[in-house]
Amino acid sequence: MGQKVVLRERIVDESPRDDLIRRERFPHIWCPGCGLGTVLKCYVEAIAASNIPPDKHVIVSGIGCTGRIAGYVRLDSYHVTHGRPIAFAEGMKIVRPDLEVTVISGDGDLVTIGGNHFIHAVRRNVDINVFLVNNFIYGMTGNQMGSTTPLGAKSSTSPYGCPEPPFNLPLLAAALGAPFVARWTTLHVRQLADAMKRAMNVKGFAFIEIISPCPVGFGSYNDLRDGRDYIKLFLENCIVDHSADLNKVGITLKPGEPIILGNFIDREAPTYHDLELEVFKKAGWLK
Amino acid sequence: MSLKIVREPINKYMQKIPLGLIHIIPERCKECGYCIDLCPKDVLEVGDERNIKGYRWPRVADGKAAECIACRMCEWICPEFAIFIVEADRREYV
Ligand code: SF4
Ligand code: SF4
Ligand code: SF4
Repeated sequence: MGQKVVLRERIVDESPRDDLIRRERFPHIWCPGCGLGTVLKCYVEAIAASNIPPDKHVIVSGIGCTGRIAGYVRLDSYHVTHGRPIAFAEGMKIVRPDLEVTVISGDGDLVTIGGNHFIHAVRRNVDINVFLVNNFIYGMTGNQMGSTTPLGAKSSTSPYGCPEPPFNLPLLAAALGAPFVARWTTLHVRQLADAMKRAMNVKGFAFIEIISPCPVGFGSYNDLRDGRDYIKLFLENCIVDHSADLNKVGITLKPGEPIILGNFIDREAPTYHDLELEVFKKAGWLK
Repeated sequence: MSLKIVREPINKYMQKIPLGLIHIIPERCKECGYCIDLCPKDVLEVGDERNIKGYRWPRVADGKAAECIACRMCEWICPEFAIFIVEADRREYV
């Protein structure tokens, strides 16, 4: 037995995961209690566990609070125009199929401004990963409502409640044929990292919706002013059901109505790359 | 008469409960409290020193250090990469 020492916390200035983050940029810009740092943590852990070397991983993000994520990962990272990261990622994957291309961006960026890119990339089944962080609002832009703001939720542009029903994103992705569809929150850290790792190994469009706290934006309008209020919401309302009926997983955030999580879909489907090669063969461009 | 048969694993005494040594990077913490609230063993509490941005980073509560079981929930949930665990051999410390 070694010598007994008095145990207490140890103060240090770097973490073992600093190999995959740009530590010189920390502390990052996100607000206290924001879930985006936890999404970043799960992403780098998934990379470390993915059996794909980090120099083959590429991250693309658009504009918004989530869009800043690309700037904090020690990988080749691309921060592109608002709503366009999926279009950019599709191009990159088609030209360089050897890369593991991941888009991490917000709900406002990917399905409100860039909604058309989203639906067509899923329909084509391009082999990219899309991790959409849903905080129900345009955070950085000024807390305006968007296509994911739950019906009745408040925002700077819907002070009396949002009059529109939101997207049910897992249903949308599944209806368009996505081979992998999941939803987790930033509280479900290990399940989220496992789903990300799985997404990296899925052939085709892998989609994860990540429900994330925004205590400073969405929360300040909807009685979720502290990150801890979101943790309470998740602990009380989340239900894990991998075989849930996706018609019924829309998010209302109403008391007593569950937030349903799970790895809903994991199936095989021919990718854009496979179908493109067939056409190339028919055209006589490939032997 | 109450008959109570408690099944115990025969190798129970061979099981080792891991010990986590808690490491903190004070300058990164933003005092969100997630690590403190979500620790299943209530090992952490708000400290009283402040970092350059005015946030009080967590510390180990009095006499709680040996209760850390290295589950790493604090490390995983921390949005700031400000706390991490190094697993150690309990027999060397406790
Ligand atoms: S505004 Fe919301 S999403 Fe943006 S950094 Fe702050 S808490 Fe996070
Ligand atoms: S590793 Fe687990 S038990 Fe130890 S301090 Fe962190 S959350 Fe608590
Ligand atoms: S989870 Fe991280 S940022 Fe939040 S209080 Fe704990 S150490 Fe600080």
